[in-house]
Amino acid sequence: MNQSKEFVSKNSGRQESIITENLDARAMLDAALRSEGVKILPITPSPLLPADLTEIESEDWGKTAQQASAQNWRWAGAWAEDRGSDLAMNACLEKEGRYLILRTYLPPDEPSLPSHAPYYWAADRAERHIQDLFGIRFIDHPDPKRWIRHQAWDENAYPLRKNFPADGQPPPSTPPDSNYPFLKAHGASVYEIPVGPVHAGIIEPGHFRFQAVGETILHLEERLGYVHKGIEKIAEGRDPLGLVKLAGRVSGDTPVGHSWTACMAMERAAKVEIPLRAAYIRGILAERERVINHLWDLAALCNDVGFAAGYYQFGRLRELWLRENRALFGHRLMMNTLVPGGVSVDVPPDAAGRMQDSTASLRRELDELLPILDANSSLEDRFLTTGVLSSELASALGALGYVGRASGQRFDVRRDVPYSPYESLKVRVPVEVQGDVASRFWVRYKELRAALRLIEQMLAGLPSGDLVSEWRTPKEGAEGFGAVEGWRGEILCYVRFGAGGRISRYYPRDPSVINWPALEKLVLGNIVPDFPVCNKSVNGSYSGHDL
Amino acid sequence: MLRLYGKIFRTGVLTEGIPPASKDEAVEREGARLKAVIDKRFRGSLSIRQVDAGSCNGCELEIHALNNVYYDVERFGVHFVASPRHADILMVTGPVSRHMEAALKRTYEATADPKWVIAVGDCGVCGGEFGVSYASCGAVSNVIPVDLAIAGCPPTPIDLLRGLLSLLSDSVTNQAHG
Repeated sequence: MNQSKEFVSKNSGRQESIITENLDARAMLDAALRSEGVKILPITPSPLLPADLTEIESEDWGKTAQQASAQNWRWAGAWAEDRGSDLAMNACLEKEGRYLILRTYLPPDEPSLPSHAPYYWAADRAERHIQDLFGIRFIDHPDPKRWIRHQAWDENAYPLRKNFPADGQPPPSTPPDSNYPFLKAHGASVYEIPVGPVHAGIIEPGHFRFQAVGETILHLEERLGYVHKGIEKIAEGRDPLGLVKLAGRVSGDTPVGHSWTACMAMERAAKVEIPLRAAYIRGILAERERVINHLWDLAALCNDVGFAAGYYQFGRLRELWLRENRALFGHRLMMNTLVPGGVSVDVPPDAAGRMQDSTASLRRELDELLPILDANSSLEDRFLTTGVLSSELASALGALGYVGRASGQRFDVRRDVPYSPYESLKVRVPVEVQGDVASRFWVRYKELRAALRLIEQMLAGLPSGDLVSEWRTPKEGAEGFGAVEGWRGEILCYVRFGAGGRISRYYPRDPSVINWPALEKLVLGNIVPDFPVCNKSVNGSYSGHDL
Repeated sequence: MLRLYGKIFRTGVLTEGIPPASKDEAVEREGARLKAVIDKRFRGSLSIRQVDAGSCNGCELEIHALNNVYYDVERFGVHFVASPRHADILMVTGPVSRHMEAALKRTYEATADPKWVIAVGDCGVCGGEFGVSYASCGAVSNVIPVDLAIAGCPPTPIDLLRGLLSLLSDSVTNQAHG
């Protein structure tokens, strides 16, 4: 309820309706499910706070998604877990700032479950990821071909089953995945362009298969999974600090975001409250991460349309902040700055003063660059109306971060499911509705400015106190859920502890998992040469997706 | 347009290490040595093809930074090229995922001799945080021959410049593969 007050205070015009919806979202869903004959077993108190947890029968899995989809719950992610005697399957939904986790149990032999994909676009690949790693078959899945598996392990072997050793039994040399059944187009003057996995730049690997007519893109199919490194598997058995280190490398551009989410899930499982000062410092680090990445994206977007001056200006500003990160936190990308229970870096007064100066200075530079960018007709030509993701599609997908917010989606974890320190800060969430590359450019620009304001608020209100709370080893089976607004959008994480305080299950859901499919749609009807700028405007993480 | 030109002029040249106005001595020192070697051995031009064979993308961010105005690696004759056919050096980040193993080998084969391979980052050098598993081959040297390792998680742009230099001044140019 704390949440709804926070939400309403900035939306006074919509006050009443939001309160009603917020109170009733769960009740409405439960009522619809009951009327469909779905047996629901809410687990109270929820072990996954702030998310609610409800168990349902496996045969009702699809029906539940159908009802939730009809009531506009957003589909946020899914993960499975091998618990020995059975497999636990989880799906996370969200509506009006309220998370609901559905859980069901399946037998380990030939498990199958009705798919969520007929009702939720975002569930398509997530379920195929689970199918390839756990061997769960999803009934009525519209396209159940392999996804994360290429040729490194056998079709009938499931790496995330506990009886599968982390070393596996890989072939002496892994063949390329050359027979993946891409969708084909036939007809006069239709042709196919295969791109990747090795791209013509300093970029992560992935494959894009275009069907084109002349220069126009008729169809795009993404093929990811090339940088699958077994993150979920090698997390098993780690101690909490070891997990934070791994989480910081789920996606190298998001070390703070992912390690914060992992820490949050572990701290909730272990019932460890972090010191307020540590929460503020995490917030400062996270907003700095947003700043350096948005600066880099603005630079790269300028570069992709040949506006070199913009590329070098934003790149220059980013380098200054990277150097400051190194000077203040010992690492240019701020890796290894979080630890379970708090942070390993402090912000002494001189560091705070330095950050205040650099924040003010960056704002002045952005003020200066704004009219230059705004009046640049070549940017306008290439950005406006390019790569449009309609609000309807963004909503159907549950698009996150700047991709969602450039297409009218308002959700932001910092404001809608606030966590410390954001619950005591004023979080502005800029939204655009055009959904084109220009919108994704300007949403980033505005988020950047909002991040500067947040950094100033946090520096001004930085409480004194400890940096780390004492760690308490959670008992076997303790589980926790984390949700953080990373620079790409909502990051989710599930953690379950095994014996001796070691990790038994870690699942990080990078926002890219949700956003990647948006690219396939927003390029349609655009010309092939605009693909790079469209791709950059989404800037999905390959590593964060492939795990 | 005037605003744009004004901003460019006011920003000036920030590239570090152009004598005499050096701001960052490390860039100057490493860069000048690099240039001397590239001038001598490659007639002033060294082409690098970067291959991400499974990295978390951290190394790529720092390799990119070599091209920002402060490091401006191109002034030393070092270019990042779009095709292995154009490359003298493959700069490979890792760990090499098993799903990238074939693509990396093919890229290596597609690079004309003489060629050298630099493994970048702790993961590329020794497997790093990910090591060897059902999904990862670990170090780049487990998949293709490596001439030089630049460690770091990720290595900084200065580490990368120093590494490039050590490869070239080590006279390994006489020991190219193939």
